[in-house]
Amino acid sequence: MTETTYIGAITRALHEEMQRDENVVLMGEDIGAYGGAFKATDGLQKKFGEARVMDTPLAELGLVGAAIGMSYMGFRPVVEFQFIDFIACGFDQIVNFAATSRYRWGHACPLVLRGPWGGGVRGNMYHSRNVEMWFVHSPGLKVVAAGTARDALGLLKSAIRDPDPVLYLEHKHLYRRVKEDLPDGEILTPIGKADVARAGEHVTVVTYGWMRHVCLDAARELEKEGISIEVIDLRTLYPMDRAAVVESVKKTNRCLVVHEDTRTGGIAGEVAMTVFEEAFDHLDAPVLRVTAPDTPVPYSPPLEDYFLPKVADVVKACRKLVKY
Amino acid sequence: MHRFLRLTRAVEDRAYSLYRAGHIHGGNFSGRGQEAISVGTALALEPQDKVAPMVRNLGTVLVRGYTAEEVLLNYLAKATSPSGGKDNSSHFGDVEGKGVVSCISMLGTLVPVMAGMALAGKLRGVPLVTLTYVGDGATSTGEFHEGLNFAAVFKAPFVLIIENNGWAYSTPVEKQTPIRDLGRKAESYGIPWASGDGNDVEEVWRLTRRFADEARAGGGPRVLELRTMRMRGHAQHDDAWYVPKKQLAEWERKDPIERFEKRLLKERVMTKAELDAANAAIGREVEEAEKAALAAPMPEGPEALRGVFADDVPFRKWWEEE
Repeated sequence: MTETTYIGAITRALHEEMQRDENVVLMGEDIGAYGGAFKATDGLQKKFGEARVMDTPLAELGLVGAAIGMSYMGFRPVVEFQFIDFIACGFDQIVNFAATSRYRWGHACPLVLRGPWGGGVRGNMYHSRNVEMWFVHSPGLKVVAAGTARDALGLLKSAIRDPDPVLYLEHKHLYRRVKEDLPDGEILTPIGKADVARAGEHVTVVTYGWMRHVCLDAARELEKEGISIEVIDLRTLYPMDRAAVVESVKKTNRCLVVHEDTRTGGIAGEVAMTVFEEAFDHLDAPVLRVTAPDTPVPYSPPLEDYFLPKVADVVKACRKLVKY
Repeated sequence: MHRFLRLTRAVEDRAYSLYRAGHIHGGNFSGRGQEAISVGTALALEPQDKVAPMVRNLGTVLVRGYTAEEVLLNYLAKATSPSGGKDNSSHFGDVEGKGVVSCISMLGTLVPVMAGMALAGKLRGVPLVTLTYVGDGATSTGEFHEGLNFAAVFKAPFVLIIENNGWAYSTPVEKQTPIRDLGRKAESYGIPWASGDGNDVEEVWRLTRRFADEARAGGGPRVLELRTMRMRGHAQHDDAWYVPKKQLAEWERKDPIERFEKRLLKERVMTKAELDAANAAIGREVEEAEKAALAAPMPEGPEALRGVFADDVPFRKWWEEE
């Protein structure tokens, strides 16, 4: 057992996979000598060399394109975006080239795209964005987001082993705030499987990322009032574990989706439709959601705090749902 | 060399009539007048090299081992086509076997991809070179620049052919970019470049061979600008009314295939009778290919669901269920 931070789990995953498979290579800006803007790749170039931990020019399209080319030659590139917001600069290569690869010409593209994601660090709108739905909406990409250090480790290892392109989102707010005791040995989290973070009876709360912790805090508050919520951490946004959500709703008869992502086009819509399609007869209330508003992420603390969903928001929403 | 030139034109002529007859859906693209570039560059490569043809590089696809029938199957969107009907035109490939990487419709995208493949070959210690093509239009894209810069920084054994055919759809090259020698863009990245007559298949071969050898020997990337002319429209639906007739007439006189055939006859490499026989045989070959391709089955609807990931993504059409 070793106490591991969320970001430490990421470094551990990269280290283990690079040791296991000599084809795993890292590519990105400032990841080599500098060890990465957040130090996720700290020490890896020293250990594995420059040929396997490559510092690249400042050009996301060039970076992703080159990584795709590397993947066609048997390498397993893990591409880092210094902040996941900059993934927009490489968008064409990702959604048009990588995502469509297996489908259109039968050649897989085993790429991992990773980077610090989400807000709560006063980083401004270009260092705080929730980019997931751009990619959930692009067929051919898997999208995962860990909420715990254990899942950060297990999902990254699974992503690296996956034969198809995976967007691996790591929450910067959780990097050093989340610490867990992790066992040694192989830890693999399956892609496509949600996690019941907390069992409950009255409301199914579906969430992911930082909001897992916000919902668990809300659960402890609500317990004092006799309200028991079941928190489902999706962990994979695509392909989403619809069965886990449906099974839970069949038990609790109420569903709330909580995400840090903005309202319109956030995954709450997809979760709600899934529940309507497969568990309508079990509902005692409409599927509701707590999300950020449809704005860019504001900078000033009171503005960002207003923007982000908080424990109090989840508590109030659950109280309303149980009254239905 | 001659065979592939004539075969390219024959297949494209066949595609032209198939399109007019309504058998080819969506877009179909012609590289008429540019055959020397595809054939000359492709023949200059070694078997272990990887090449990514664009839609006007049918000659490259054929040199690499695809048959006329396979090409027509893909144009016709058949189930047995190289892409299984999933993509059109010459959007197919086979990295390990024929060493062909499929292009996509976004231009410039192959530049960083092939630079990455070249780097991969270098890291593996394989003496391979990668090659792809951009038109004059694609030299304006970000990916062209990002890819070349990447190739230069990593000294990747990558050869980029700038196929300057004077037009990007209806945009003449004068409106595309302010410089006239497009190869000069390579100078920004310290990449050696040259330019040549894209309608002289032997010159194309010579220049490509030299650059491929230099890249293979560890000299880093190279850029080769080849001048030619787009003799048809952007795609089959486009009659290219905006291209000056004078320009077309001027380039008609420089037709790469006729030029090469004249040379073959003049230097007695082939007699007229041999040439005619060869061309007739190619004609028959393509006719047979067309017959076979037309007779092939179209894919079944649910096939659309397959191939997104290694495992299938289920999709219920609940409204069709009892």
